[in-house]
Formats: sequence, C-alpha cells, structure tokens
Amino acid sequence: MTRHGYSGIPRWVLAIAAAAALFVLLPLAAMVARVNWPQFIPLLTSEASLTALGLSLRTAAASTVLCVLLGVPLALVLARGDFPGQRLLRSFVLLPLVLPPVVGGIALLYTFGRQGLLGRSLEVAGIQIAFSTTAVVLAQTFVALPFLVVSLEGALRSAGSRYEAVAATLGARPTTVLRRVTVPLVLPGLASGAVLSFARSLGEFGATLTFAGSLQGVTRTLPLEIYLQRETDADAAVALSLLLVAVAVIVVGLSYRGPAAAGRRAGSSAGSGQVRG
Amino acid sequence: MSRLRKAAALLLAGALAAGTAACAAPAGGGGTDKNLTVFAAASLKAPFTALAGEFEASHPGTRVVLSFAGSADLATQLSQGAPADVFASADLKNMAKVADAGLVSGTPRDFASNVLAIAVPPANPAGIESFADLAKPGVKVVVCAAQVPCGAAAKSVQGKTGVALKPVSEESSVTDVLGKVTSGEADAGLVYVTDVRAAGSKVRGIPFPEAAAAVNHYPIAALKTSRNQELSDAFISLVTGAGGRKVLADAGFGSP
Repeated sequence: MTRHGYSGIPRWVLAIAAAAALFVLLPLAAMVARVNWPQFIPLLTSEASLTALGLSLRTAAASTVLCVLLGVPLALVLARGDFPGQRLLRSFVLLPLVLPPVVGGIALLYTFGRQGLLGRSLEVAGIQIAFSTTAVVLAQTFVALPFLVVSLEGALRSAGSRYEAVAATLGARPTTVLRRVTVPLVLPGLASGAVLSFARSLGEFGATLTFAGSLQGVTRTLPLEIYLQRETDADAAVALSLLLVAVAVIVVGLSYRGPAAAGRRAGSSAGSGQVRG
Repeated sequence: MSRLRKAAALLLAGALAAGTAACAAPAGGGGTDKNLTVFAAASLKAPFTALAGEFEASHPGTRVVLSFAGSADLATQLSQGAPADVFASADLKNMAKVADAGLVSGTPRDFASNVLAIAVPPANPAGIESFADLAKPGVKVVVCAAQVPCGAAAKSVQGKTGVALKPVSEESSVTDVLGKVTSGEADAGLVYVTDVRAAGSKVRGIPFPEAAAAVNHYPIAALKTSRNQELSDAFISLVTGAGGRKVLADAGFGSP
C-alpha cells in the first residue's frame, strides 16, 4: 500500500500482464454475454438444477471435512517429520494435482469398485460404494487433498518450530503442543487450504463421472449436470456454469482475504517480525 | 533457483511447441484440396476408419482426416465454425440442427441404423436374459441419460414395453455405460448392438426384440464449408454404396 517502494515495472511487462488478465477474463465475459437473462432464474431453479446444486454443496462440504481430517496429519508429517522416502511420499501425495481427474477416477474404480482391490472386502462387509454419494465424496477428496496438504505444509514451514520447541521445553506434551501452539499458528494456512479444497471438490468432474456415475440426487453434481444439459439445452448449461463461476469467485475471494487478515492478527499477537506492506 | 528457471523455460517452450503444432495440424477441413475432413459419430469409429483407408487407396494423394465425438458435440462444433467436409450423425436430430444452421449442402442421406442391446459382464452375475430382467430388484443397470440419443432410445423402449427401469446411473455417453459394464461395476447396461460387437469378449451382448421400438437412423451429408464437393460426394457414395454397406454390416449396423 505504501508509495515508497520500488515499482518500476517495465511497460512491456504491463502489456503482457494485461493480455494475460484478458486471456482469463474474456472467456468468462463471453459466457456472461451468452446468458439468456429472461430465462435465467427459471433455468437455475429447475428441479434438476437445485438438486445438483444441493448435492454439490453437501458433497464438497463432506470432502472438505475429510480433507482436513486426513490432510492435517499428513502435512504435519511432511513438514516436521524426518524419515527416508519423505520426498518421495510428498511427490506421490501431490500427484492428484497434476493427474487428469479421469485417471484418478479409474484408479479409484480399481480400488473401491466392486471388482477392486478393497471393493470385494467392502462388499462382503455389506458396504457398496459404487454409484453412491460416498463415491462422489471419495473422488472429490482424492483430487482436493493435495490442495490442503500443500497450503498447510507451506504454512507449517514458514511458521517454523521455535514456539513449539519453547512449549516442549516448558513441559508440554506433543499433543498439547500440536493443539495449543502449532494449529493456532497455522490456522490461516489451514483455512485457505480448506477453502481451496472445497472449491476443487465443487468443480470435480472427471473422477466423479468415471467412478461414481451420474444419477440425479445421488451422484449427479453440478458439473455433471452442466455437461449433460449441454447436450440439449445450452441455455441451462450456461446459466448453471455462471452459478458455478459465482461460487468459485466467492470461494477464491474468501481464501485470498482470509490468510492476509488472519496473518496480520497472528503476526501481532505472536509478536513475530512480519513485514507489513 | 536457476534449475527452477530452466525447468520453467523448458515447460513454456514445450507448451508453445504443442500449441503451434496443434494450430498447424488439420486446421483446414476445407483447407488443401487433397484433405477430406469427416466429422463422424463416435459409434462409427471402426467402420469409418476402415472406409477412410479404402477411400485413400482408391483416391491416391487424398488424406481423410477423421474426427470422432458425440453427435451433439460435433453438431455444436460445426455450428461454431469448425471446418469439415462431411458430417455423419448418429441421429436425425443433430443432423437437423446442422441443416437448420444452413451448413448442409444437398439432402442428408440415411446410410445405417442401430438398435439397443443389453450388455452384461461375461459372467453375467445377475443372470440377465431379457429386457424385463433388467427391472428385477437388486439388478444394477446403467443407461444413458434421456438427453443423449441412446438414452432417448432407452426411454422409448421402456415406454413401449411398460417395463420401468430403476437405473443406478444415467451416463452422458454410451461409452460411459459400456465402461461401467466392462469394469464390472454394473450388472447390465443398455448400449447399441454395435458397441457390444466392438467390445469383443469384454462384454456379453443380449439382443432383445423390444429394441425394434427405437431404431436410430444415421444420416450423412456434405457440408457447405467443404472446398472440395466432388471429393465429399465421392466419400458419401462409398459409405452409402455396397462397399460401405458391407463394412457397416460387419460392425453390426443395420440397413438404413
């Protein structure tokens, strides 16, 4: 916010930056221009749309909870642990970030599917995952987990372990240190990781389609509904796409404001020498 | 740091190369007069690949570029200006969409038909033998959603027979239905006869007489964007002629 700093950005950089911003914004603007406004509300409030939206919000919330439960310990181990194969483990955990989701879906199918690695035992136990909402949540968690792990691991590394060491010398047990020192310190990172996981879950398409199928109210989330509507009703597909864009904008806005505001709070209370611009 | 930069530069170079290659490739459907771009429904993949080979052999110097996708996707691409010479659709509706956009030259001609069949895993775990068996409780049956042609056909068969299915999934393409059957997730799926034929030993096909209630007709037409109408017409003659008939029949397609 200050005007003293060096801000001599070359003009050509500005020009390319403007082109880059346009590259992202123009398609969105083009989509908005295609919206059939008189029909917009009826298209959004059709039964199929509302069911898909409700299912998407519910499954994305469940996946986010699962990501936090699984991702926090994993990030801790990756950031604080010291064991052979740690770098390898990190690479594998991050794999879903770069893997095409459809590949993730196939992998999940051969794990939890009826003929899969665990699927047979699960079916004997009376648990059927294929074609259920559980399958949707599993697919979303699979693709969203790295987002939480990456954000949290970064936060853990930049927070350092000085306070934890102090707490330990004062006699706090590891679980107490984790609960009273570590987690409060990295809460902003955890929050933005959770928001990103939620956003990624909400947009999940390929893994869900491959692994969970598509049935209204059970497995057909908003992206699948958009894909299907596109076959017959382009207006409905555009209206639903805009809805998903709006949700994504809100989510990204939250995750970028969240850490900055919370970071300032954490910085002042912990008294760390953070540079504030 | 410098390693990272090098990697980034490499990545960028790769992306650029891929981008320009994609641009340079078959951008011109009506481009060079020796290229023939054919947009064809995904179910036509095997017979059209064979026919394209035949066509290239009988027209030396000509290259047939085939693009397979769902008929609705292809129709959308065409109306958004994708350059192509010939369009072969898996249903009359999407051909009509392209014709309504003023893109078809001449009249579309039906060249094949297709009916539904039941596909089950080779072991047939649910013991499916007839269409009515699909409605038995506990049978996991997968169909296409009503929005896509195979789903519309499934719906009209249900209407005609009075057998109401309770599918565990309504997929957006027939390949997704087949995938759920070949992976063993579903006990049965409603696909086309030709899909069963193409899947070989991975599924068992069960034809059912009620399928005659919903026959899909495949039309083919030359497009106005074509820069070589003669070549387009020659390809259509091959598809609709005796040679085409035989290749299509081998793939399981019925007569038009």
